[in-house]
Amino acid sequence: MEVRKMGHLASKRRIRLFAAIFVYSSLIAISIVILIPVAWMLSTALKEDSEVFLFPPQWIPRVVCWDNFKRALTFLPFGRYFFNTATITFSTLLGELLSSSVVAYGFARLRGRGRDLLFALVLSTMMVPSQVTMIPTFVIFKLLNWVDTFKPLIIPAFFGSAFFIFLLRQFYMTIPVEIDDAAKIDGCTYFGIYSRIMLPLTKPALATVAIFSFMWHWNDFMTPLIYLNSNEKLTLSIALSRFTGMYGMTAWNLLMCASLVVALPCLLLFFFAQKYFIQGIVVTGLKG
Amino acid sequence: MSSRRLTRLARQEEKYMYLFISPWLIGFILFVGGPIVASLFFSFCNYDVVRPPIWTGLRNYLQLVADPLFWQSLKVTALYSIVSVPLNLMVSLAIAILLNQNVQGLTVFRTIFYMPSVISGVAVSLLWMWIFNPEFGIFNSLLWQVFHIQGPGWIMSEKWVLPAFIIMGLWGIGGGIVIYLAGLQGIPTELYEAAEIDGANPWYRFWRITLPMMSPVIFFNLIMGIISSFQIFTQAYVMTGGGPHYASLFYVLYVYRNAFSYFNMGYASALSWILFLIILGLTLIVFKSSPLWVHYEGTSRGR
Repeated sequence: MEVRKMGHLASKRRIRLFAAIFVYSSLIAISIVILIPVAWMLSTALKEDSEVFLFPPQWIPRVVCWDNFKRALTFLPFGRYFFNTATITFSTLLGELLSSSVVAYGFARLRGRGRDLLFALVLSTMMVPSQVTMIPTFVIFKLLNWVDTFKPLIIPAFFGSAFFIFLLRQFYMTIPVEIDDAAKIDGCTYFGIYSRIMLPLTKPALATVAIFSFMWHWNDFMTPLIYLNSNEKLTLSIALSRFTGMYGMTAWNLLMCASLVVALPCLLLFFFAQKYFIQGIVVTGLKG
Repeated sequence: MSSRRLTRLARQEEKYMYLFISPWLIGFILFVGGPIVASLFFSFCNYDVVRPPIWTGLRNYLQLVADPLFWQSLKVTALYSIVSVPLNLMVSLAIAILLNQNVQGLTVFRTIFYMPSVISGVAVSLLWMWIFNPEFGIFNSLLWQVFHIQGPGWIMSEKWVLPAFIIMGLWGIGGGIVIYLAGLQGIPTELYEAAEIDGANPWYRFWRITLPMMSPVIFFNLIMGIISSFQIFTQAYVMTGGGPHYASLFYVLYVYRNAFSYFNMGYASALSWILFLIILGLTLIVFKSSPLWVHYEGTSRGR
């Protein structure tokens, strides 16, 4: 019986080992599949023009052409587009951060009639496809003569974003109410509680909001496509989408250079602020 | 006296509550509520932005029923969603379960899986255009070198353009994986230990513990998946422009064209209302069906 038990343990250990091998080999295989496109992007970006159209495709460029980046970035007024995109992204980020946190504080901490109903309304606006509101919003901005300026892209952010209001409210709810009460007794105003207590306490949440806001507006395509026309006002996304065919036949190596440069700020941000990315997804994902 | 004091305080608090939420309230009226009403009005009008709208009653909606491109865009979007949403749900759950096996280097794997979601938008669309290039792209080259299969024309082929979009969508499932992983880590290990003592095999544990415990998260990802897959735009606009021969004319692309290329704002409004009703209907179906398959801890939730 003792022997049987030991045999059982041994087979169990063998199963564990096989399971571990299976898990790690699958994970590594999936990682490789995910990394192939990125590696292919980098490889193409560094190839000579003639080598791009070789079959079968080569993974390692014969000559590493760092010069491609310079060529790609000087072909279009890239600096201009970079500046435009950065201006829009940081302004919307600021607007969303400011107003969403103020509004979230109101919903999380202050009581009043109709509050819960209005909060339900905040949540339900996340369900409305932006296409429904897109046309009348365009008409409003057209009437205001704001088309082909950055205003339609920036100003709405200063009225808060439903998603971030929701996210920040979830964070505020985890802070004990006693802190507010103590501050109130000490004569602190509601605005004082918000700016001096809530804002410092919710820095990680604000970081999450800032990161997601940055990423979305940096990559946004449809809004600038609708509102921006003149060449010098374009954003990187729009410029990139027009890049194909502009160089005569599509110069895939230059196109991949440009795509890499456009994606780089988001990638860097991701690597340095991973914690907040994960946190943001987890908080919104689970309380959905 | 003290109660009057309280109500005065309460009234003041209410005033401040409205003050604090006023940015959202104003924004809601200007950019959501107002536009929703206006959009409904436009959908019954002939409207090109330049001239004032002309009321045409149900004409847009009748025209829509007879419009082959409306049906085509609906078909394309529905086909894509029917395959892509469940596929993404299953694959990301499977990967999350793999990641949850006490894996060493979890952060490294998680970083790799999430990375594609960070570089969304035009850059990703261009990258995949190049990957799917039938002659010089890496996809067909790998198919040939590894399996000796002559790959199709992908985004240049009517038949293969949707599968191409589905494969591309699969590349960006990192967000779903992270949500699932968080859910999996919230399942109490005692449940598995108890089941193991009772002699339950891994398969049984998956069906009886993991899946029920994960159902709220699956529910969330399912709803998000439906909403986002019905709103695909950038990829189609950048990669195919709806082609070849309307085979990738996604619904929102058709709405966009009507609104901002042909300036048929009324017709586009009608189209977007149909989209809204479809998404709402699907979401409601998922919500209504949820008591059958979504398990919440402490079941008597709605008591």
